[in-house]
Formats: sequence, structure tokens, C-alpha cells
Amino acid sequence: MTKDDQTIVLKPERAVGIIGYGAYVPRYRLPAAEVARIWTSGQGGTPVKEKSVPGLDEDVVTMSVEAARNSLARAGSVDPALIRAVWVGSESHPYAVKPTSTIVAEAIGATPHTQGGDWEFACKAGSEALQAAIGFVGSGMAQYVLAIGMDTAQARPGDALEYTASAGGGAYLIGPAEEALAEVEGSLSYVTDTPDFWRRAYQHYPSHGGRFTGQPAYFKHITAAARGLMEGLGTEPSDYAHAVFHQPNLKFPRTVAKQLGFTPEQVEAGLLVNEIGNTYAGSSLVGLTAVLDVAAPGDRVLLVSYGSGAGSDALSLRVTEAIVERQRQAPATRDYIARRVEIDYATYVRFTGKLRI
Amino acid sequence: MREVAIIGVGQTKVGEHWDISLRHLALEALQASMADAGVTRVDTLYAGNMLSGELIGQEHLGALIADFAGLRGTEAFKIEAACASGAAALRMGFVAVAGGLANIVAVVGVEKMTDTLGPDTTTALAMASDADYEAAQGVSFVALNALLMRRYMHEYGYGHQDFAPFAVNAHRNGVNNPFAMFQFPVTAERFARAKMICDPINLLDSSPICDGAAAVVLAPADAARAFSATPVRIAGSAVGTDTLAVHDRRDPLVLDGAVLSTRRAYEQAGMSPENIDLFELHDAFSIMTALSLEAAGFAEKGQGLRLALDGEIGIDSRIPITTMGGLKARGHPVGATGIYQVVEVVEQLRGLAGANQVPNARVGMAQNIGGSGATVVTHILERME
Repeated sequence: MTKDDQTIVLKPERAVGIIGYGAYVPRYRLPAAEVARIWTSGQGGTPVKEKSVPGLDEDVVTMSVEAARNSLARAGSVDPALIRAVWVGSESHPYAVKPTSTIVAEAIGATPHTQGGDWEFACKAGSEALQAAIGFVGSGMAQYVLAIGMDTAQARPGDALEYTASAGGGAYLIGPAEEALAEVEGSLSYVTDTPDFWRRAYQHYPSHGGRFTGQPAYFKHITAAARGLMEGLGTEPSDYAHAVFHQPNLKFPRTVAKQLGFTPEQVEAGLLVNEIGNTYAGSSLVGLTAVLDVAAPGDRVLLVSYGSGAGSDALSLRVTEAIVERQRQAPATRDYIARRVEIDYATYVRFTGKLRI
Repeated sequence: MREVAIIGVGQTKVGEHWDISLRHLALEALQASMADAGVTRVDTLYAGNMLSGELIGQEHLGALIADFAGLRGTEAFKIEAACASGAAALRMGFVAVAGGLANIVAVVGVEKMTDTLGPDTTTALAMASDADYEAAQGVSFVALNALLMRRYMHEYGYGHQDFAPFAVNAHRNGVNNPFAMFQFPVTAERFARAKMICDPINLLDSSPICDGAAAVVLAPADAARAFSATPVRIAGSAVGTDTLAVHDRRDPLVLDGAVLSTRRAYEQAGMSPENIDLFELHDAFSIMTALSLEAAGFAEKGQGLRLALDGEIGIDSRIPITTMGGLKARGHPVGATGIYQVVEVVEQLRGLAGANQVPNARVGMAQNIGGSGATVVTHILERME
């Protein structure tokens, strides 16, 4: 056993990286003021400006397919048939039993010689799939693996989460470092049994522990994962051009960035929550697509997800020269955000199936 | 009847103690009080608590805490009287020592409220109201207080902002209390902007849901000097009751239970409001502060608010209240609150209240209110010279 094997930093046997990436955010926007109008007579502050809402014909499958196609468009000439695993992390898989991943794999031409799997770990299901993809490729078992984090998040009408629970996410094609637009330097996971947010079977909406979701949950896990990874890699906040943290609201990622020693400028490019809300399993991953859209060769990027229950995955990336030509080969994350159609609360209720008759 | 003295006090920091269980909270406060008194055993232990059964599925607290604190075998009970459980437990301890049935008695108030979700805690707290005629209608505790506050404003012509000085005063004092949940000041402007909870009650009118424990040790006053250099005599210990339901009250804006409770305590002590150097009252909501000041004889009906507006409630003023933050800033772990109040009065009478020390404090009063006023327990404490 080498010294490296004993560290808590996760590193693959062979160097891997992101070959292609793609975002998806639905076009509909529900202003937070509209939620406040219904539930608080418009009084009080709101945690974000507005959130994205899926259309009537959209779910985690359709959204994952579009993000996956965007990631393939940026992957050069990768044959989808060489993708040995298609993994989708979400907490809003359309079926309770029947994989999302098989539908996505079929749609992009990855079947039949591929693994299909749906991941579940609250808001870090996507980064878990991403980490596992790094391992699958890094071990040499596969040349390419597609990892997706995507959600159409649900919140109980009137709950504080209704201001933010939104739809969107990102897809990442992982492959050998030689083909990568961003190389993976290492990752680290930090997981404890901390029940801050959950949804039992047969329940429509999640429950949460109020302020308990803050310090002992979000902040503890993100800071531990980020610090552990940076210590293991010998990096510091100032080494990173960009940092992306899970963004359930505007306050949490800004606060955790400050706690860790990052400047507001370092988190700005990936901070989308004010415009699209909290896309749950897609939240940090769609933040990363927005960063990669503007990143330059040589930039280091830190990604730290957070999933309730609870845990964080931290990833350190180094952007390569290949990014320059691939950024424009698919719609940018900001393109999706700019494609905005405002809706009112009644339309939101209809689009998200909140009327149960 | 024997004179009774407090010979030791202890408390935990009030807060959201997600990683500390009820028994550990009780242990910490109890051990601190017993160390302060210099005792290693007690004749009887009373545990004041309201919601352990409902919120953490644990009753039978007397034996539980006694065993956990190394007092296995000791006579021990839980005492419940809604938010007045703490002071009610102290009242029982007082009765035991005064009646000569026990010599050394420990009283611990403890509450663990943050292991449940907010709506469940709110529902549990509503058990302090009349289940058939209030809670069954969907009225929460904050709603009952909102009804009283709205009526008070209507009858006496006050605006909501007139209540601001209570929160400002409590938070100003909480700053200097290391055991307080909120150790930061608030301004009247911040009060004006605070989030509405249940109109007209906003966030800064309200005490927080939290965890905590506080404890005192009692002994016969004539033996107190053997344990403590600064014993405090319980000069008055009294309970008054009223209807559980607000709508059954003779006058909803008069806390008859508090009037009875304070009158009895004054009579026992041979005192009147003029003798009281500080008053730890039950400011669960700011309307309760106003009604308490009136019921205890510090203001005429409808004039409790006037005391605050005239600057009469600060540390150096006519009647200092919530001197260590009160329920608003120190926090309101319901079954523990009555003991926190008494611990704070004892610290004032000992001259150990630091930056919040009331000058020359000789007599202090603590009043713990259960429900919207159905059980009111008052203790008048006097420094033993």
C-alpha cells in the first residue's frame, strides 16, 4: 500500500477528466414575489429572485436527455456506443420503480452495452454519480461514462422551500485525461448520518429541520469536504479561479465561501440560484457548467456539493486548452437562463401538478 | 414552618442543543448547582418539565435524572404546570423543606424542544391551553397571545411599535449573559421590520423555541450558612390559578392568576412592589410583559407599556426587568424557564450579575406563567445579610 492509498483524497489509477459538459434549465420562471403574494400577502424577504419551473412536457428524463446531448456535442467525436455507464442522480425520478437512466441511455444511443443506474442522495446524487464515473473510467473498466445531476424539485405549497425548489441540472461525460477539457485532480467525500431533510415513501413533499439544515448540516459538511480536499491536494482558496458550492439559496453559498476564504468574485460565475432557484441534485452541477462556459485554460475549479442526510463531495478540476473550442459547441448555461418566460402562481400550480383532484 | 434558603444555583447555556440530550442538559445544570452548594447528595429531587413525553417520548423524569446524576435511590418526581413547570417544581421543593419533610432538596428545570419539527413543537405547546375549547379550534399559543395583544392595543390605544422597548431592553441585557441564547442587541428599527408571526405579534415580540436546564439547591435557612457564603432566602412562594381558556376569564386583559400569586407572595414576605429591586417576569410574548407588570402592581391597568416607554425597566431604573435577557433573549426552554429566572435573581442578589448588576439589589421577584395565565408561580427572594 502506498502512502497515497491511505489518504482520504480519492484519486483514480489513471488520469481522467471531463470530456464534455452540458446544462439544461427550463424556460419558465416563477418570481419569489409571486410565492410571497400567495402565502404572506407579499410581506417579508425572499431567499432568491425567482426560480425555474419545468413545463408540462418536461421531467428529469427529458431534461437529462437534453443536457446529455449538450455534453456529447462538446465531447468531440465520441461514439455514444462507447459509453459504458449512464448514471442519473436525482430526487425526482419520474418512476419509483423503473430507471431514468435507461431512457436517457436509449435516447443518446448508449444502449445496450452500458450500465444504467439511478442515484439517490438528496442534492448530491449528481456529484456522487460524477465521482463514481471518475472511478469507473479511472480504473480502466470504461473509456467513457456519462454522469448527470438533474431535478424537478418539489416543495410543499407554502413551505419556505417553495421559493427555491426548481428544475435544471448538468451532464458530464467523463473520459481519459488526454481528451479532457478539464482534468480531475482529486475528490473527497464527507458523509455523516445527519437527518436535516427527508421525504418518506408515498409522501409528495419533503420535510426539513428548519435551522438545523444550516450549521450542523450544510456548513459543517461543505467546509469539511472542501478543507479536507484542499489539504490533501496542497491547494488553497487563492489557487482557484472559480468555486461552486451547492446553492439552496443565495445566503448559504456566499456564507460558506467566505468561511472557507473565497472571495465573492471566485463564486460569482457559478452562482445561479438567484435566477433559477435550487435545482437540488442539479444545483452544484449546473453551477459548474456555467463556470466551464467562461473558464480559461489553466484555471482551477473547486466544486463542492451538499446532499441532505448528509454529505458533501468536493472535486478539484484543472481546465485544459481543449475548453476553448468546446465551449461554443452547445448552448451555454446563461443562454438557458436568459430564455425566460415568467409565469404566475396559478400556472406554476398547473405545470407542477399541484392540483390533485 | 421553616424558613427556606437557596444555597446553590447552576444553569446551561440556552440554545438549539441538537447534540445534547435532555438527561445531559439536566445533569449539567444539576451538577453545577450541587457543586455551588457543596453537596453530593440530596433528600429529594424535583424536575420541572412540560413536554418531555410529547417531544422526546420520555416521561418519568424524576428517577431518570436522579439515576443519571448519580443520585439513584433518591426520592424524585417530575412536576408539570405548562410553562410554569420550573417554578412549580421549586414551589414543591420549598414546601418539602419548609414543612420539615426534607432538608436538602434539588430542583432542576429542563426542556428539550429542538428534536422535533416546528409544527410538532407548536402543537405540543398548545397543550397548555384548553384542549377542548381552545386548541381544538386550531388556536396556537402565539395566536392566543396575538388576540390579547390586539385587544390591549385596541382598548388602550397603543400602536405595535410601542412594544419595542421590551425587546430592546431584553436583548441589551442578553448581550452580557453568557448563558443567553441571543447575545446581541436589537434596535427599535429592527423591531419595526421584524417578520410577522401572528398579527400583531412579530418575531421580536416572541421568545424562542430552545433547549436548556437550570437548577437550584434548597436548605433550611438556619443551616444555609454552612453551605453558602451568600445564601438567598425564599421570602415568598405562592401560586395563583385562573381559567385555562382566555375566553372564560373575568377580564382577558387582567391576569387574575398573577394578581393572586403576587398578592400571596407579597403577604408572605410582608412586602409590596416598592420593596422589589428587580423583577424577572414571564416575557414569552411582549404582551405578557405588559400584563405581568400590571398584575404585579408595578403599573395600573393599561399602563404596563407606559413603564417601558418612560424608560423605567432598565438596569438602573425604577423596576429592572429581564435583567439577564428574559425569555426573549436568554431564551424560553419552557419547563426550565422558571428556574432560570430564579437562578438569575440569585445571581443579582449575590452581586454576581456582572455588567447587568442591579445596584444594591436586596430583594428580587421571579414570576413564571403557565399557559396564557392559568398557573402563575411567584417567588420573592431576599439576600440573607
